[in-house]
Amino acid sequence: MAEPRVMDIKDQPGFRTIAIICLLVLYVPVLILMIFSLNSGSLVTHWEGVTLGWYGTAFLNEEFHAAARNTLIISVTATIVSTICATLAAIGMTRVKPWRGLAAAFMVINLPLMVPEIITAVATLSFFALIAGVFGLNFGIGNLILAHTVFCIPFAYMPIRARLEDMDLTLEYAAADLYATPWNAFRRITLPLLVPGIMSGAALAFIVSFDDFTITQLVAGPGQTTLPLYIWNQIRRPMTPEINAISTILLMVSILFVSVSFLIARRRAK
Amino acid sequence: MVTIKTGTHLPTRAGSLNGVIVPEQPGKNAIEVRGVRKVFGTGENQVAALDTVSVSIRENEFFTLLGPSGCGKTTLLRLIAGFDFPTAGEILLHGQDIAPLPPFKRPVNTVFQSYALFPHMTVAQNIGFGLEMLGKPKAEIEARVAQMLKLVKMEALKARRTSQISGGQQQRVALARALAPQPKVLLLDEPLSALDYKLRKEMQIELKRLQHETGITFIFVTHDQEEALTMSDRIAVMSAGKILQVGTPRDIYDRPAERFVADFIGETNFLPGTVVSKQAGVATVKFASSATISAGYPEGFDPTGEVTLVVRPEHADLVPDPAKGTIAGTLSNIVYFGTDTHYHVKLDGGGENFIVRHQNSRSSAVTYETGVKVGIQFEEDAARVLKD
Repeated sequence: MAEPRVMDIKDQPGFRTIAIICLLVLYVPVLILMIFSLNSGSLVTHWEGVTLGWYGTAFLNEEFHAAARNTLIISVTATIVSTICATLAAIGMTRVKPWRGLAAAFMVINLPLMVPEIITAVATLSFFALIAGVFGLNFGIGNLILAHTVFCIPFAYMPIRARLEDMDLTLEYAAADLYATPWNAFRRITLPLLVPGIMSGAALAFIVSFDDFTITQLVAGPGQTTLPLYIWNQIRRPMTPEINAISTILLMVSILFVSVSFLIARRRAK
Repeated sequence: MVTIKTGTHLPTRAGSLNGVIVPEQPGKNAIEVRGVRKVFGTGENQVAALDTVSVSIRENEFFTLLGPSGCGKTTLLRLIAGFDFPTAGEILLHGQDIAPLPPFKRPVNTVFQSYALFPHMTVAQNIGFGLEMLGKPKAEIEARVAQMLKLVKMEALKARRTSQISGGQQQRVALARALAPQPKVLLLDEPLSALDYKLRKEMQIELKRLQHETGITFIFVTHDQEEALTMSDRIAVMSAGKILQVGTPRDIYDRPAERFVADFIGETNFLPGTVVSKQAGVATVKFASSATISAGYPEGFDPTGEVTLVVRPEHADLVPDPAKGTIAGTLSNIVYFGTDTHYHVKLDGGGENFIVRHQNSRSSAVTYETGVKVGIQFEEDAARVLKD
C-alpha cells in the first residue's frame, strides 16, 4: 500500500544544492588536510608530489610517541572508570522507584554537557590548584585522568540509559518469575542485554577523552602532553606535513571508534 | 459476531440446575485469594484496581479470569505472581500466605502476553533458565529441558535464538519455560492474544492438553469470552475490580448472576417486564403485551416490580403466527452467518430489536422474509431475571 506522501524535503527547490554545499564545507578542509599529509614537499600549502615519508617521520618522532602514550593512558583509564560510573548511574536511575531528586540527579549527571567547556576547565584547574595549595596533593597524570573521567560520564551515560529504557522490563519480571534473585536477574539478563549500550557509551567516552583539548590544556602539567596538545604546540612552529600525518592518524582512530559505536548501536536496534 | 459452541465438552462439575444450587465439589485449593485490595496512586488519584476480591482456585483446575480490559484481572494475576503486592488481604498457596514474598520465592510461573523470551539465549537455554536459577544439577536440567522440548514439540529448534522462530513457536517456548520448573500454579496472561485466529484455535487445544498432561493448576487471564468458555473448568467474570460470578462455563452462560455477566458473555436479549408473583427461585413476569412467562433468578436476589429479563438468542424461536408467540413483532433484518442465521425482530412494544438465532440445516421448514409479522416463543427455562 502506497503511503500518502505529506512532504518530502528532497522535493524542495534548492535542497540538493544546499546539501552539497554543507557537505563540502564540512569535509573539504579535512580532505585537504589528509591529502597534504602525503605531500613530498615540506610545506602544507604547496603540493609537490606523493610520499608516505611524513608518516614515517611521525612514527619515529619520540615526542609524538610520548604524547600518544599519555593520551592512551588517560583515555583508556577515563573510559573504563567513567563507563562503570555511567552504568551504575543509569541503572540507579531507571531501575528504581521514582524518588525525590531524580530529575535533579539527572541534571547533575548531564551538567558537563551543558556547561561551556572552558568554565569546566577553569573550575577543574582551580580545584586542582586548591588541593595542591591546601593539602599539597598532586596526582600527576591522575589529575588529567580524574578530569577526563568526570566529563566523559555524561557521554557514556546517554547510550546506556537509552538502552536501559528501551529494554523490555517484562524480561526482568520473567527472570524474577523463574527464580532469579535480583542479582542473578541483573547478571544473567539485564547486563548481557545492556552490553551494546555499554560498548557504545565507552566508545563515545573514549573519543571525547581522546581529542579533548580545552580542559587538558589547562590541567596538564609538564610532561603530560597529549596528542591534541602536541598538535597545538606543533602548529605554532613552522608547519610541515608531519602534522597533517599525525592529524590523519588521530582522525582515523576517531573514525574507527565512532564507527564501532555506530555499528553496535545499529546492531542493538535490530 | 459471536459464536457460542454448545457441546458435551463443557464441564458441568458444579453449579445450579433448574435454580437448585448444587454444592461445589470440595477439592483442595491451590490458591485462595482472601479479601485482596489493590490501590494504585495516592491521595485524590487513588484507583482501586481490585476492590476486595476473594476467590478459591482448586488444584488441577483450568481457571479463567475473564473480563474487559481494566477490570483488574491482570492486576490479580500480577499479585499472585508477586510482581505487585496487595494493599490489603491474603493470597494463600496451599494454605501458606505468599502475598509478601518476592516473585523468585514463589513456586508459581508465568506465561507473559509478550512471551518475554530472553533474546540472548537459545530456545533450550530459555527453557532451562528457571531450573538453573533453582540450582538444579546440570544433568537434571538437560533431561528436563529435553522432556519439555518434546512436550511442546520444539526438539528440532532447541539451538535456535528466540528471534529466529515464529510467534506460535515462541508461544510454545514460553509455555515450556514456565512449565519446566514444575510450578504449583501456572499463570497465563492473555497468552494467545498475539496469535492469528487459526493458530489461536490450535493453541487452545494445545493448552488444554498440556494442562491435562502436567496436572498443574492453570490460571488463565483473557478478555475473550469464547476462549474462556471453551477452555475453562471454571470462570471468574470480573468487572471494575470486582468478581461478579464464579462458575463453570455452562453456569456462567446459562445462569448469569448479573446483567453485566449476561451482556459480556455471548449475545443476549434484554426485555422489560413486571414481576407479578414468585416462588422457589422462579418469578412470573408479565410483559407489556400482558403475556406472562416463568423466569428463574439468581440466589440472593429478590426481584420486584419493573425488571429486565434476559433471553439468549438461541433459546428463542420464531413462529409464523404472531398470536402463537409469547411476544410478537415485525421481522426487520435477517443476517446469514453460515452455521446459523440471526433474525432481528422489532417488537410491537418498541425497545431494542430482539434477536433470534437459528441453527441452519439442509431442511429449513419455514423461510421468513423481512417485513412480516412473527411471534417469538421461548424455550422452557430460557428467560432469567437479573440484577441490573
